[in-house]
Amino acid sequence: MNGLTPGFADPVPDAQACFRALLEAMARPGRVERLAALPEAPAPLAPAAAAVLLTLADAETPVWTDAGPVAEDWLRFHAGCPLVAEPGLAGFLLATGGLPALAALEAGTEEEPHRSATLIVQVAGLELGGGWRLTGPGIEREHRLQVEGLPRGFLADWAANGARFPRGIDLVLCAGNRLAALPRTTRIEEAG
Amino acid sequence: MAYVAVKGSERAIEAAHAWLAEERRGDPALPELSLAQIEGQLGLAVDRVMAEGACHDRGLAALAVKQARGDLIEAAFLLRAYRTTLPRFGASRPVETGGMRIRRRISATYKELPGGQVLGPTFDYTHRLLDFALAAEGSVPEPAPEAATDAAAMPRVTGLLAQEGLMAPEPPSEVEPRDLTREPLDFPAERPLRLQALARGDEGFLLSLGYSTQRGYGNAHPFVGEIRMGAVTVEFEPPELGFPIEIGEITVTECQMVNQFAGSKTELPQFTRGYGLVFGQGERKAMAMALVDRALRAAELGEPVEAPAQDQEFVLYHCDNVEATGFVEHLKLPHYVDFQSELEKIRLLRREAGGE
Amino acid sequence: MTALGYNFGYLDENTKRMIRRALLKAVAVPGHQVPFGAREMPLPYGWGTGGIAVTASVIGAGDRLKVIDQGADDTTNAVSIRHFFAKVTGVGTTERTGEATIIQTRHRIPETRLREGQILVYQVPMPEPLFRLEPRVAETKRMHALADYGLMHVKLYEDIARHGHVAISYNYPVLVGGRYLMSPSPIPAFDNPKMDRMPALQLFGAGREKRIYAVPPYTSVTSLDFEDHPFQPVRADAPCALCGSRESYLDEVVVDDKGGRMFVCSDTDYCATRQTQREAAE
Repeated sequence: MNGLTPGFADPVPDAQACFRALLEAMARPGRVERLAALPEAPAPLAPAAAAVLLTLADAETPVWTDAGPVAEDWLRFHAGCPLVAEPGLAGFLLATGGLPALAALEAGTEEEPHRSATLIVQVAGLELGGGWRLTGPGIEREHRLQVEGLPRGFLADWAANGARFPRGIDLVLCAGNRLAALPRTTRIEEAG
Repeated sequence: MAYVAVKGSERAIEAAHAWLAEERRGDPALPELSLAQIEGQLGLAVDRVMAEGACHDRGLAALAVKQARGDLIEAAFLLRAYRTTLPRFGASRPVETGGMRIRRRISATYKELPGGQVLGPTFDYTHRLLDFALAAEGSVPEPAPEAATDAAAMPRVTGLLAQEGLMAPEPPSEVEPRDLTREPLDFPAERPLRLQALARGDEGFLLSLGYSTQRGYGNAHPFVGEIRMGAVTVEFEPPELGFPIEIGEITVTECQMVNQFAGSKTELPQFTRGYGLVFGQGERKAMAMALVDRALRAAELGEPVEAPAQDQEFVLYHCDNVEATGFVEHLKLPHYVDFQSELEKIRLLRREAGGE
Repeated sequence: MTALGYNFGYLDENTKRMIRRALLKAVAVPGHQVPFGAREMPLPYGWGTGGIAVTASVIGAGDRLKVIDQGADDTTNAVSIRHFFAKVTGVGTTERTGEATIIQTRHRIPETRLREGQILVYQVPMPEPLFRLEPRVAETKRMHALADYGLMHVKLYEDIARHGHVAISYNYPVLVGGRYLMSPSPIPAFDNPKMDRMPALQLFGAGREKRIYAVPPYTSVTSLDFEDHPFQPVRADAPCALCGSRESYLDEVVVDDKGGRMFVCSDTDYCATRQTQREAAE
């Protein structure tokens, strides 16, 4: 555990601030939130993605990540979360490289759709405006969001995820100190 | 007409709390109750508060009884609200009631059994005549004669029946039981979860439900296989040590009810068990719990589920007195907004029914 | 740590995390009841423990908290809950709807239109809208899974057949996002239209029943009705005796024992603001 970088500097208020940003992001899909208080997470973890896991994960939530052993040690120590090798068994997933297949993740049941996984994805860019046109709950008319670094075919997978509502996974997109969320209810169109 | 909206709730609340404190203390010319007195002399009240407050700490339970002015449900609530803020280190290993340091042990199914019957400090066979001698303070009772007991020589009655193959086996489960205090109830609730809820449940509610099974609401033919009360060791196994260590000793009361079971296509007729376990000396609660536990097993044993005591949702959702007292008593909070909407609705319906 | 020796917001961080996870899922599935491991709170079940648990998990040092009961800031339970949070968080409190970032409420939605950046936290006694028709949770869960709300439509239809009206005046069931039947908590039906496409986030906490649910901003919330019997919110047909409002929900105040009564706004902040404006204009 030597050389482990620190987590939140002030865990109680920092986790609260991160949660409020997440709640706002999930309630207003496509709005980009900036986190001020960030942990010193080791590469390849983006600070915002690391903050989200410190805020939400603990001994009761199995986490899957592709971020490698240093990041895993850091998460184990600071969040106390068990790490699983099988994406389908995780409550939270953190993808820093490619995306795990959405259809293989826990989507909850018709009776208990809340038992679904939350997928945190580190993307190369996250900007308001341009790119996607988002509609659905939380959005007055439409939100525009530009996301860079998601694989081709993501929009088709996302549409399939939305089609099984109320089942489905929810997504948190992170880049640097910024995050945006896409609950399963959000519909995405590529805006020309 | 002048109307000023009522203000001053804050001052009213403060004054009410001051009055409560004054009433709690009572006549200051009389000595104040000490926690040691409550713990020592109102021990069964303390036990009940620990059981329903789901926290084993006699000193804190005594404080709760004092703070609640002897209102035991209020005291259980105080203890629960304290308990919930405590850090959670882990779960103890199951207590071994077979190795109990027995203070009381009786069986209704056998006249003689290994280890014998130990009456212990019981109200049974007392004549319920008010003892006016107790009203005069100052007398210290003679020490009671005490026979030596030997836990090893006190096998459990259900074990004796099991040796003969007459008791339905209940193999220990490898599955970690769910924790009622961490996750909400979910149905169907498996037996460990039901027993957790019953152990915290209200004595009065369980008593009435248990009673109802005896009066035909749920088909039970119970015998008290055994009731035992005494001290058991609590052990905790820290993950980093890998072996259990003793962390203390608590008093518990255990009741094992033996019930007839007619058998089914796949099983021969045999006895089944209803189980009750409570903190402290709480025999009435342990017995009632055992009756209700057995009634709640109706579905798994293929018996018809017809009576209230056999209905999981009915029993488990309503046995917690902290939840029940909160919701019943919330009716005294203001409801005038809703009442106003009812008034307007009833006026409307009456106007129209009156023929316009 | 606050002065009391309890964590900020009373709840420990593990409990907050568990509630926060439930809140995010609740927002992701609008109107769906998410079970959560409600803890005992220092206030009794039925007195707002669910709302308190939600507020305690959401609130931060920068928030301004408003607490109302029956629309009023000065009802005893509202005062008690406001004191509790002032004590365990030290955050600023306010009685002004416009200034608050979090509003915890029992039985009312403020008259002043809420905006983005505000969170409305409802105290919920019975989260299950179907419980009077089907008390079994296992059964109602199945109905929600299938969106099978025929039981409720039949009940409303029978009301209309018997009385000519739906006989529900408060806690009037709503459909959220066209999918989930939801209890709006015991607010008067008058307040139901305010929930529809509200710019603020609406969170609901039921402590004793251990359920959390949510309505995201700008989400459709429709009161159940029939084409030939549209939903009709009811209010007393009078102006407020203090501020003259003809739009606000009114409390009926009995002023003597000879049948004398008057009507005043239930929302005390709304009423006081209007009175001040009227005085300033004079």
